[in-house]
Amino acid sequence: MTFSAIVQKPIDPAHVLTLIGADQDGASLLFLGVVRDHNDGRSVGGMRYDTYEEMAVQVLSEIVDEAARTAGTDRIAAVHRVGELCVGEVSVAIAVSSPHRAEAYEASRYIIEEIKKRLPVWKKERYSDGAEEWVGGRTPDAAPAPQADGS
Amino acid sequence: MNGDVKIRTLFFASYKELLGTGELQVDLPEGSAVSDLVLALRSRGGAFTVLPAAPAVAVNLTYRDPTSLLSDGDEVALIPPVAGG
Repeated sequence: MTFSAIVQKPIDPAHVLTLIGADQDGASLLFLGVVRDHNDGRSVGGMRYDTYEEMAVQVLSEIVDEAARTAGTDRIAAVHRVGELCVGEVSVAIAVSSPHRAEAYEASRYIIEEIKKRLPVWKKERYSDGAEEWVGGRTPDAAPAPQADGS
Repeated sequence: MNGDVKIRTLFFASYKELLGTGELQVDLPEGSAVSDLVLALRSRGGAFTVLPAAPAVAVNLTYRDPTSLLSDGDEVALIPPVAGG
């Protein structure tokens, strides 16, 4: 069973790992996205994540299901946090387990790349000098799924 | 006048800040497409003119292209460039 969620509270990576794993799996992989203290040469004090929650829940679930189909494992958990985050806090956690490592790496990479392409989440950086700025992002395609019809 | 469609229009992040609102109801003639909605918004003047001519748009939680037709009661979100992760 795959799992995905958009959350306000801090992410506990150890808990996310408990959502995956099976006797046939020889690989368990955990990816964490973390708020860093700098961006484009500016000192960052924190980040505010905004979301279109109803849609983000649906899109994250679709991304995880696509990864499960492509990589051939359904032991996947992906959690994205929104709201106010400090430097060092986890913004996204992706855990995958599979019989061999290749499928786990493939699924994990696919999920984080697709999150950046089309999850309706935005972040505003707070700089140490008190200024704030929306982080430049990517414009999602109208047909974002891999089976894009070219429109 | 009959034939109007009422669209619940949502704005997020930089668009929400720009316009000073997160939600607006827009009435359009029947047969209007996503691009007509964007045109109607931009022609309101002021901050609305700063909206892109062809922003990413989600209709009822799914990304749609500018030619997609709108129906009465649709929820349309203008999606600024996304930056998750």
